[in-house]
Amino acid sequence: MNWYGIKSIYKFEMARTRRTLFQSIVSPVISTSLYFVVFGAAIGSRITEIDGVSYGSFIVPGLIMLSLLTESISNASFGIYFPRFSGTIYELLSAPVSVVEIVIGYVGAAATKSIILGGIILATANLFVDIQILHPYWMLLFLFLTAITFSLFGFILGVWADNWEKLAIVPTLVITPLTFLGGSFYSISMLPPVWQTITLFNPVVYLISGFRWSFYENADVSLALSLAMTGGFLVACILAVWWIFKTGYRLRI
Amino acid sequence: MPGDASVIRVNNLCKTYPDGFEALKRINLDISEGEIFALLGPNGAGKTTLINIICGIVNASSGDVAVNGFDSVREFRQTRSLIGLVPQELTTETFESVWDTVAFSRGLFGKAPDPGHLEKVLKSLSLWDKKDNVIMSLSGGMKRRVLIAKALSHEPRILFLDEPTAGVDVELRQDMWEIVRELRKSGVTIILTTHYIEEAEQMADRIGVINHGEIILVQEKKQLMRELGKKQLILDLDAPLAAIPKELSTRNLEIGANDKELIYSYDTQAENTGITTLLGELREAGINFHDVKTTQSSLEEIFVDLVKRIK
Repeated sequence: MNWYGIKSIYKFEMARTRRTLFQSIVSPVISTSLYFVVFGAAIGSRITEIDGVSYGSFIVPGLIMLSLLTESISNASFGIYFPRFSGTIYELLSAPVSVVEIVIGYVGAAATKSIILGGIILATANLFVDIQILHPYWMLLFLFLTAITFSLFGFILGVWADNWEKLAIVPTLVITPLTFLGGSFYSISMLPPVWQTITLFNPVVYLISGFRWSFYENADVSLALSLAMTGGFLVACILAVWWIFKTGYRLRI
Repeated sequence: MPGDASVIRVNNLCKTYPDGFEALKRINLDISEGEIFALLGPNGAGKTTLINIICGIVNASSGDVAVNGFDSVREFRQTRSLIGLVPQELTTETFESVWDTVAFSRGLFGKAPDPGHLEKVLKSLSLWDKKDNVIMSLSGGMKRRVLIAKALSHEPRILFLDEPTAGVDVELRQDMWEIVRELRKSGVTIILTTHYIEEAEQMADRIGVINHGEIILVQEKKQLMRELGKKQLILDLDAPLAAIPKELSTRNLEIGANDKELIYSYDTQAENTGITTLLGELREAGINFHDVKTTQSSLEEIFVDLVKRIK
């Protein structure tokens, strides 16, 4: 293993976060606070509890997931897309680093950033509402799995995109709507039966459900199904990345 | 040449791009250890594609490349760790400092941090006082130096310089060639492409000419200059000459500027250059001259002539 290579990529990517500290940390804190003001205070006054949990506390796992998904994708996709855009990818392709090492470097850094962000959102949320974490290990497992899976997805997106618009279109038009419609701010049991069935086709439902279960033991779907869906998506992303490097898709012509 | 062992062996290398363009056609090439090899060719000839395949940036369609005996695809770790590349385009990071980007390159190539080596490299490229500067604040010439520093950061044994002096000032060019000379002294093999053929003429041990994806020739520079270079004797005439006299028509003569120059081209390799006889014949023909000079064709003229011939 080229450990120095992995460390270099990882450090390089993490340095970008330090340079954009305001955007990376302050802006999610502000967004989270706004969500609590809008959803917690405004809607929370009408929906006091869901499954025995106060509305403000209920939305915390969904909020963390929302940021985790979007940040994992945008960090990892930007990390690999920018060298392609600027041409500095030549160095990565000509270096003695393997596919696994490149992915560990980029995806590891993107996942680290979103996990840190998740922690910041959790801490911010704690200022507004009482939070219980009944199963902290499961919570961490879902946090790690989701961050890694969606960072891998972001990496794939960054390789696939050949312009800035494509890079932005998936997080904006696919991931954010799926997260909002995936039970971030409500329990899917609150929906009419037809919409409940339709919602089950949304993969984000399983992530949020499993994650929320680790907090309050409340879930829309079973824990095993949540875990299986998250693991399945992770395997699919790993296979896609393996294929990208095997064929050189959009990296090596 | 410093060594005879091939450090790079290119075997039947072909590259056809997805749009059907055949960039390389069965290239065979051996680069010896420690030599400076200049790869010349017009734009689109296939120079950069060849370099990119050797470095691992582009996949070959067929054929193979061995670097120091290792296969460049199966044993990429061994081959790539030996190679440093200075690309043609000014592709640098934007927001990082000079020091960070050079340290990144060293780590990426699997080398342990060595601030002393990086300091030496940056100083040799006059970048030491810019080490904390953000790259986007540097001039084009400085960015070119950064690219060279990145390539040298991991102490490569083989250095590819793809048009390294394009768009750089005279000072940097001189600095750069000085570095190349130093690297060569330490046994580094250097492969360069350049449009400034006089640079290749000054620096290279061997010349390879590539055109339309084919290697036209590979030869030692001195031999190439001897074999393909013309030498000319130029006589400044006392009086203009309208036409070459009949009795001299078999000689390889032509009339030069303002009809006041007579140019005689001859083969330096021939046993007899024919100069003595020619001078006698000129005297007999009543053609007088007041000055004599000789010129030898440059590598550039040889290169242009070669490419024209192939066309």
